[in-house]
Amino acid sequence: MITINNLHASIDGKEILSGLSLEVKPGEVHAIMGPNGAGKSTLASVLAGREEYQVTSGSVNFDGKDLLDMSTEDRAREGLFLAFQYPVEIPGVSNVNFLRTALNEIREYKGQKSISAKDFMAMVREKSSVVELDPKLASRSVNVGFSGGEKKRNEIFQMAMLEPKLAILDETDSGLDIDALRIVANGVNTLKSKENATIVITHYQRLLDYIVPDFVHVLYNGRIVKSGTKELALELEEKGYDWIKAEIDAQ
Amino acid sequence: MWRIFFALTYILKMGYTENELAKDLENQEYKFGFVTNIASDKAPKGLNEDIIRFISAKKNEPEWLLEHRLKAFAIWKKMTEPSWAHVKYAKPDFQDITYYSAPKQSKKYESWDDVDPEMKETMAKLGISLEEQQRLTGTNIAVDFVMDSVSVATSFKAKLAELGIIFCSFSEAVQEYPDLVKKHMGTVIPVTDNYYAALNSAVFTDGSFCYIPKGVRCPMELSTYFRINEGGTGQFERTLVIADEGSYVSYLEGCTAPQRDENQLHAAVVELIAMDNAEIKYSTVQNWYPGDKEGKGGIFNFVTKRGICEKHAKIAWTQVETGSAVTWKYPSCILKGDYSIGEFYSVAVTNNFQQADTGTKMIHLGKHTKSTIISKGISAGKSQNSYRGLVQIHKNAEHARNFSQCDSLLMTDECGAHTFPYIECKNSTAKIEHEATTSKIGEDQIFYCLQRGISEEKAISLIVNGYCKEVLNQLPMEFAVEAQKLLAISLEGSVG
Ligand SMILES: Nc1ncnc2c1ncn2[C@@H]1O[C@H](COP(=O)(O)OP(=O)(O)O)[C@@H](O)[C@H]1O
Ligand SMILES: [Mg+2]
Repeated sequence: MITINNLHASIDGKEILSGLSLEVKPGEVHAIMGPNGAGKSTLASVLAGREEYQVTSGSVNFDGKDLLDMSTEDRAREGLFLAFQYPVEIPGVSNVNFLRTALNEIREYKGQKSISAKDFMAMVREKSSVVELDPKLASRSVNVGFSGGEKKRNEIFQMAMLEPKLAILDETDSGLDIDALRIVANGVNTLKSKENATIVITHYQRLLDYIVPDFVHVLYNGRIVKSGTKELALELEEKGYDWIKAEIDAQ
Repeated sequence: MWRIFFALTYILKMGYTENELAKDLENQEYKFGFVTNIASDKAPKGLNEDIIRFISAKKNEPEWLLEHRLKAFAIWKKMTEPSWAHVKYAKPDFQDITYYSAPKQSKKYESWDDVDPEMKETMAKLGISLEEQQRLTGTNIAVDFVMDSVSVATSFKAKLAELGIIFCSFSEAVQEYPDLVKKHMGTVIPVTDNYYAALNSAVFTDGSFCYIPKGVRCPMELSTYFRINEGGTGQFERTLVIADEGSYVSYLEGCTAPQRDENQLHAAVVELIAMDNAEIKYSTVQNWYPGDKEGKGGIFNFVTKRGICEKHAKIAWTQVETGSAVTWKYPSCILKGDYSIGEFYSVAVTNNFQQADTGTKMIHLGKHTKSTIISKGISAGKSQNSYRGLVQIHKNAEHARNFSQCDSLLMTDECGAHTFPYIECKNSTAKIEHEATTSKIGEDQIFYCLQRGISEEKAISLIVNGYCKEVLNQLPMEFAVEAQKLLAISLEGSVG
């Protein structure tokens, strides 16, 4: 699915990712954890193709293609989806119009016919129920006036609509109460299949009770410094990051 | 733009998809820059009494109208060009302009077959072909077509006539309905009003005239289409819309001009009269040639538009301005009658070296009069975009209310947005609210769209259209679709 090899990236000349490697296979769920400022969101942004970041070396292979060579929109059309840590508001643009435009651009890229209004609305109804999103929100302006939880649920709703191969969820759990957390996790689990994969970026092990990862990685100083199974998350929860920091800094 | 417009009206019935619409959007260059080779019947360049007599004689005008023109000319000569607007341009050389240019076959056509093929082609390119319209019966838009200075054809006239609605060229109105014209012309915008209005009053060649009788609701959108064709010509149209008591009309105005190196002058006058309980909606999508990327060429658009509202009457101006090198335009409402309403909804886009100084004046004279101003400025490139508005509450205007909202959106760091709101209030019962915002188009918003697979072009178009939604919502549906596409085309590759 995705193979990240020795990735270095910087912003304004400051290196944030320093030789990060990671491989995710279809059907897998990977969790990336790590202290604040470790570079988790940076990794998500670099993979999604945010222009402010410069990739200085390394490679990323996405389903047989050179990801770093593709434009931001083509990465999305190839099936890479980022659920934003801070979803953006677009006043005056309805959620449905936004999504229909996105969906049709993706379909056009794949040489498919654009979706009919009828099929689209049926899809909206079906997918909004997956994340228990009030259908009324679908016709409101993108994220405008949404509560924190609604914004996060809207991200998962969009993911459900666009059916990506690889979804990266950046702190989708932050700011969610326990019910919202369960709903979001439910959504993610429902959409999981043998063909797609998920990278869950999180601070807290709490989310991983609901979205059970196959692998857990610790990102620190711009690299993956430790990998394990879901037990690693529990260990981090218990002991914090200091022991890992100490281990790395000692080397 | 009209080609797509009509095509759309047609296809909408057949089920037009957003995707097809998107395809149309891809055409980015100024699409209307072609020149028609029709031999034209032109006055010599220059401006003097003889030229005015020539125009008047060409049009077979009554003596009073010639007198009116000559008086306006005398007044204009004593006036100086205004310089208060936030625009810079080389003053037009008024002696280097051709004031009358009629396509040669300017006679009335007996049938469609009589129309010059070249003219037909022009109309076809513009999509305004009557042939097409005739085919698409049920398209509820009647069109008057003003090319250079002469009104070429007015469609649907018979259908409108059944209701007593008059919709024709201004020249025809002078011949057929001289009393109506004489009674109302210049009552809203007097000859002395301003420099360009005076000039227009002296040299106007054609335009549209519309009268809606008492209690009649005009069943279709009335539309005038303006196009400047001949090089070095000025276009000075005059539009007069009279909505008699209790009537309603929605009027659309579209504009294009071919690409030329030199600047061309457009100085129109539009007068609206809404009698007791009448309502006029006047919508403009202005797409004059804006000049090239270096700022060469383009139309100087100096327009005076004003309406007067009697008791319980309403006038709503909606404009989407994307073209012209320099725009100077303030559609206004005189709220004379008690409980009358004035509205102004505007989107003004400037790109490259375009300059726009536009806004409105709401003059509250009557009691309980109400006005709303929604202005959305979008500046890109190195352009300058100014909102200038006046809200005036007179002494007797008890309980007048105004709400103004002026937003500016900046696409680059090199462009400018300016807001000049003037408020003059002489009655303490008035309630006036003014809101203004300036924002830069968000990198975050664009990235968010890109990440969902939306191209940058379409992202900008979505964001900008979202920003302008309140205004676009005021336009008739087909026109709104057209306006959205124009916005996208005007802002092509403009984020920086
Ligand atoms: N736009 C930026 N300019 C400069 N530094 C940045 C920028 N964005 C992030 N950083 C820095 O990069 C580091 C990693 O940030 P981030 O990827 O957001 O961390 P995380 O998501 O793991 O908390 C931090 O030190 C942060 O301050
Ligand atoms: Mg982060």
